[in-house]
Amino acid sequence: MAAKDTKAYALWVAFTLCLVCSVLVSAAAIALRPVQQTAKLDDKRKNILRVVDMYEPGMNIDEAFRKITPKVVDLDSGEINEAIDPAGYDQYAAAKDPAQGGKPIAGDDDIAKIKFRPRYATVYFLYNEDGSVRTVILPINGYGLWSTLYGFLAVQADGNTVVGINFYQHAETPGLGGEVDNPNWKRMWAGKSIYDANGQVALHLVKGGVNADSPDARFQVDALAGATLTSNGVGNLVKYWLSDAGFKPFLRNIARQHAAAAPPAEG
Amino acid sequence: MSEVNAKKIVIEPIADNNPIILQVLGICSALAVTSKLETALIMCVGLTTVTAFANLFYSLVRNFVPGSIRIIAQMTIAATLVILVDQTLKAVAYEASKPLSVFVGLILTNCIVMGRLEAYAQSNKPWPSFLDGLGNGLGYSAILVTLAVVRELFGSGKLLGVEILPLAKAGGWYVPNGLLLLPPSAFFLIGLIIWAVRTWKPQQVEKPTFHIQSGQTHAGTEAH
Repeated sequence: MAAKDTKAYALWVAFTLCLVCSVLVSAAAIALRPVQQTAKLDDKRKNILRVVDMYEPGMNIDEAFRKITPKVVDLDSGEINEAIDPAGYDQYAAAKDPAQGGKPIAGDDDIAKIKFRPRYATVYFLYNEDGSVRTVILPINGYGLWSTLYGFLAVQADGNTVVGINFYQHAETPGLGGEVDNPNWKRMWAGKSIYDANGQVALHLVKGGVNADSPDARFQVDALAGATLTSNGVGNLVKYWLSDAGFKPFLRNIARQHAAAAPPAEG
Repeated sequence: MSEVNAKKIVIEPIADNNPIILQVLGICSALAVTSKLETALIMCVGLTTVTAFANLFYSLVRNFVPGSIRIIAQMTIAATLVILVDQTLKAVAYEASKPLSVFVGLILTNCIVMGRLEAYAQSNKPWPSFLDGLGNGLGYSAILVTLAVVRELFGSGKLLGVEILPLAKAGGWYVPNGLLLLPPSAFFLIGLIIWAVRTWKPQQVEKPTFHIQSGQTHAGTEAH
């Protein structure tokens, strides 16, 4: 064996060790990448299915997701942009890229504390059997207490009634702010109305519980107990994404199409 | 010879020479991942795997590595294993791996891994080194699981996400202790465990590093 004290020997050992380790790491990364991507996509799909209450553990996600169509919407006009393929579009990356229409949000307008707004967002359509829109699923994000929460808000075809809410990524305190994952709390969102008679976002969270007799109860959801800052964050991010800067133009379009296709039965 | 000692090498770090409560290593991740049992279990499997195999592989090459670069060689091997564990978790348990976020990557900086490599694998044969890593991983796991059971059960009334104690706000009777869900509670619990174990095994109590001398008070007040 060569003398262990020489520099050349130390370099040789270091080089060989690094080479073996890097080959192992690269091999693992390449071999596992397809599985990881499937897992990540399935996780996102699962969360989209959850927000419209279609998810059951152990179900075939590919099959269930066939009923849901992703499309890219222009937030400024509220129109669908068919030119962008939703499969390859990442709105959170695009928000920071001026070439894709991303823009910084001015301090006072940035109530969700997300700093950047994408021009285009990926929304998901759930259709009725006759081909009319049943539900639209909107991506939402915003800052809570410790972390940016990422989730989905599902809205009925009338553009004004909440179907459900679900956050798929956050790092809020488990048991306090982390209760945004609590199914009982999420259930409270179903059936709430978003806009008041003037078209302003009226949906908000209230501390101490909603009084069911109050005329405003249809705009109100219980704040999370013991998690004021997370609740404020959720309230603000919902308000931001439903405002003019967010999905309001799009929801207006959906509501108009819905009214034209099927006049309200109460007429 | 290793046959005789195998059991001792694995068992000893669990109660008699526990990496967390006696050596007080690996505290950081013990605070961070124990608010739920599920994340704690995944972390335990990750750390035990890394410690055991890093010890094994380092021990295999220990005679070839010059002393001047041994720490870097240990880190390279441990880092490779950490990446492998992290990548595998993302592939097979994506949802469960999300709350662990950075902590799997930070297994590398966990003092238990480096400590065992330097203290044991550096001077022992591969098989005992593997067992030593396994034992220390299990010692870490024992404390993590204990913390996580207490914190999840009394902090949110659940175990592994299944409701055990019906919560008052959902119509049950149990009012959860929110403090248990915050990281400092793990500190208090570790303190209590150290107290309990040292009462049970007084030989673990450390000798005081200094004595307060009587008589060294203000000049002139004592007559010698």
